[in-house]
Amino acid sequence: MKSIYLDHAATSPMHPDVIQAMIPVMEGTFGNPSSVHAFGREARHIVDVARDKVAASIGASDKQIIFTSGGTEADNMALIGTAIARKEQGKHIITTAIEHHATLHAANYLESQGFDVTYLPVDATGAVKLEDLQGALRPDTILVSIMMINNETGIIQPVQAIGELLKSHSAYFHTDAVQAYGTEEIDVVSLGVDLLSVSAHKINGPKGIGALYVADHVRIKPITYGGEQERKRRAGTENVASIAGFGKAAELAMNQRAERKAAYQQLQDTFVSELEAAGTNFFINGDTGPRSAGIVNLSFPGTNVESLLMNFDLSGVTVSSGSACTAGSVDPSHVLKAMYGEDERVTNSIRFSFGYGNTAEAVAEAAQTVAAIIKRLTKGKE
Amino acid sequence: MIYFDNSATTRPHHDALSSYTEAAQTYFANPSSLHRMGGKAEQLLTACRKQAAQLLHVEENEIIFTSGGTEGNNLAIKGTAFRKKRIGNHIITTTIEHPSVLETCAELEKQGFQVTYVDVDKYGYVTADKIRAAITDNTILVSVMHVNNEIGTIQPIQTIGKMLTEFPNVTFHVDYVQGAGKVELDLKKSHIHLCTLSAHKFHGMKGSGILFKDKDVFIAPQLSGGGQEQELRSGTENVPGITAMVKALRLTMENLRDQPARLFELREKLWEGIAKMEGVILHSPPAGAPHIVNFSVPGIKPEVLVHALGEKDIYVSTKSACSSKNSDASAVLLACGVPEAQAESAIRVSFSYDSTMEEVEYFLVVLQEALTQLKKVMR
Repeated sequence: MKSIYLDHAATSPMHPDVIQAMIPVMEGTFGNPSSVHAFGREARHIVDVARDKVAASIGASDKQIIFTSGGTEADNMALIGTAIARKEQGKHIITTAIEHHATLHAANYLESQGFDVTYLPVDATGAVKLEDLQGALRPDTILVSIMMINNETGIIQPVQAIGELLKSHSAYFHTDAVQAYGTEEIDVVSLGVDLLSVSAHKINGPKGIGALYVADHVRIKPITYGGEQERKRRAGTENVASIAGFGKAAELAMNQRAERKAAYQQLQDTFVSELEAAGTNFFINGDTGPRSAGIVNLSFPGTNVESLLMNFDLSGVTVSSGSACTAGSVDPSHVLKAMYGEDERVTNSIRFSFGYGNTAEAVAEAAQTVAAIIKRLTKGKE
Repeated sequence: MIYFDNSATTRPHHDALSSYTEAAQTYFANPSSLHRMGGKAEQLLTACRKQAAQLLHVEENEIIFTSGGTEGNNLAIKGTAFRKKRIGNHIITTTIEHPSVLETCAELEKQGFQVTYVDVDKYGYVTADKIRAAITDNTILVSVMHVNNEIGTIQPIQTIGKMLTEFPNVTFHVDYVQGAGKVELDLKKSHIHLCTLSAHKFHGMKGSGILFKDKDVFIAPQLSGGGQEQELRSGTENVPGITAMVKALRLTMENLRDQPARLFELREKLWEGIAKMEGVILHSPPAGAPHIVNFSVPGIKPEVLVHALGEKDIYVSTKSACSSKNSDASAVLLACGVPEAQAESAIRVSFSYDSTMEEVEYFLVVLQEALTQLKKVMR
C-alpha cells in the first residue's frame, strides 16, 4: 500500500499556500525589519501583517504576541520568564504530570532554582480535576500551567473552567495550546488565560517559529537578551519569511477551523470503526471525556510498542508511540503512566493523529493494515 | 537596487531557498520520530551537521543548531556562566560587542556575575595583553567578537586564544557572526571553545544559526524540553532552515576560497572614493574586514543621508540594525573614542559576494551628489 502519514501531532506537512506565501518574502523582502531604510520597513510590514493574523487567530491584539523560535521556546519563556519576574510574590508553581516536556523540563529547571512545583496527577480519564487544582493552590502560587489538549492522548483539559477558577487568584494562568491550535476555537479572553503558547509547524506552517501570547498585565522577563525586537521581550532578528508563513498558516487555520475539525473527527471515526469492524482488540486511552478531533491513542492488548511501531512503519503506516520529543527513544509514555500507573497500556499504545492530506479512503486502508498486523501479532495469545 | 546592508542581513542564496523548499516538502517529518519518515529527516539533519562540521573543521558532535546569532550568543554566555558558577563568577568581554553579548552580560551582572568590559583603541582593537590583565582567579569566560559588526575591526582572535590556553578555567567564546564566510578563522588553531554563527548573515535564512561547542567544554542548556541537540537546545529542529543554512555556508565559504581578493577590491575602491570626499571621516580600521566600511559626515543626519540614498534605490545603514531604534550615537564608535557628533552621523556600507564594482562606482557618484546637495541645503 501507499504509505500514510498519521503523525500530524509530531509535525505536519506545510500547506502549499504557506510555502507560496514564504517564497516571495525569501526572494524579495529579505531585509532586516530593524533597518531604517525602505527595504527594512517592507520586512517590518510583513511581520506586522502576520502578527495581526496570529493575534486574530486567538482573539488577542498585536502587541500581545511575541514571536519565538517555536513551542518549546514559548513554553520556556512563559514559565521561566514569569516565575523569575514574580519570585518576590511567591515561589510556588502548579502544573500537571501530563504536560509536554517543554513545560515539564522548564518546571524541573525552576525547581533547581528554588521554586516549589506541584505536578497535579490525573486518573484514567487523563483530565486534570478542578478540585485537585483548588487543593493545590496556595497564597504564594504565582503560576499555573496546564495544557489545552494533551499531545499524546488528545484529551481536552478543562482550561476554561480552570481560567474561571483562577480569576479569584493572583496566579498567572499559562496554557500550552500547541495541539489545540488549528482545530479548537481559541479565545484568550474567554479562556481566561494570561499566557498561551502556539507553534506553527503543528498547523501546517514552517518549523522554527511559534508565538507566546502575553496579556497586557503580565510581568515577564525575557529569556534572550540582545536587540530590542519584540518590544524588548525577545531579542534576535525576526524570522521574517517564517513569520509570513506562520501568518498564512494561522489565517488558513482560522478560516477553515470548523471544517478541519469536522474532517479530522470523521477520519478518526472512520479509523476506529474500521478497526472495530475488523474485530481488532483495542482500547481508546482516555475514552471517557472530550478528546481532540485529530488525535486518538490506542492500546492493543498483547502487543508491545516497539514491534507495533516497526510493523506499522514497514507497512507504510507512519505513527508514533507518543511525543516525538522524547527524542529517539521508546521510553514508556509519562502521560499514560500518569493515567494508568504500571498498566500494560503503557507499553502497548500508539498515537494516531490525523490532518492535512489524509483522505477517508487512505485512513480506512490504514486501519485495515493495522487490524491485520494486530491480528498477526496477537495470534495464539488470546 | 544596490543592497549595501549585508551586515544587517543578506539575500538568501537561490540554491539555499531551493534546499529549503525541497526539505520542507520532502523531509517534513519530525527528526525525533522513530518511523522511516522521521528517520529520513534525521538523516538529512545528520548530513547537514556533518557538512557544517567539515566546513568549520570541527567534529559533528560539536555543532549545536540554534535559532540564530542572538540565541547562540545567549546560550554560549549564559550557558557557560550558569554551568561554571561554582568555579567563578567573572566574565571578560569588550566594549564593542554586539548587543546580544553586551545585554546578556548586563543581565548576568544583575544576577551577581562580575563583568569586565575591556576597552578598545580608536579602531576598535582589543589586545591579548589587555585581556590577560583583566583575568582573575574567578574568570570563567572570555567573549570577544571576531569581526565588529559596525566598523569591521578584525580582532586578534588567534593570539587571544593562544594566550588563554594558560588559563584552563577560562572558556573562550567568539561571536563569528560577521566574519563567517568573509574573513578566515581557524576555530581549533585559535583555541576557541564556543563560536556563534548566524545563517542570515551568509545568505541562509533568518531563524537558523550554529553554536560550535568544543566537545571538552560544558554549558548549561537555556531551553528545556525534548532534549534535542545533545540536550543542550530543546525544540523540534528546523530541518529546512538548517539545510538552507548549511548550503549557504558552503557556497559562501567557496566564494571566500575562490575569490579571496574580491571584497577587498570593492572595499579599496570605496575607501579611496570616500577618502577623497570633503567633510567625510572614515571610521573603519584600514586593515579591517573587507566587507564593512563605516564613515560619517558630521553635520548631516545619517537618517537624511540613508533616505537620500534610498531614493536612488541604494540601501545602507546607520549602525547595527539591532540597535537602530535608539537614535543616539553608535555605542561602538563612542567606545573607540570617536566624538559624539561624529558617532551620531555614522553610515555603514556592507558588501556581500553579490556586490559589484559597478555598484560601488555608482554608489560613490550618488553619495557625492547627495553630499553636495545636502550641504547646499545646510548652508
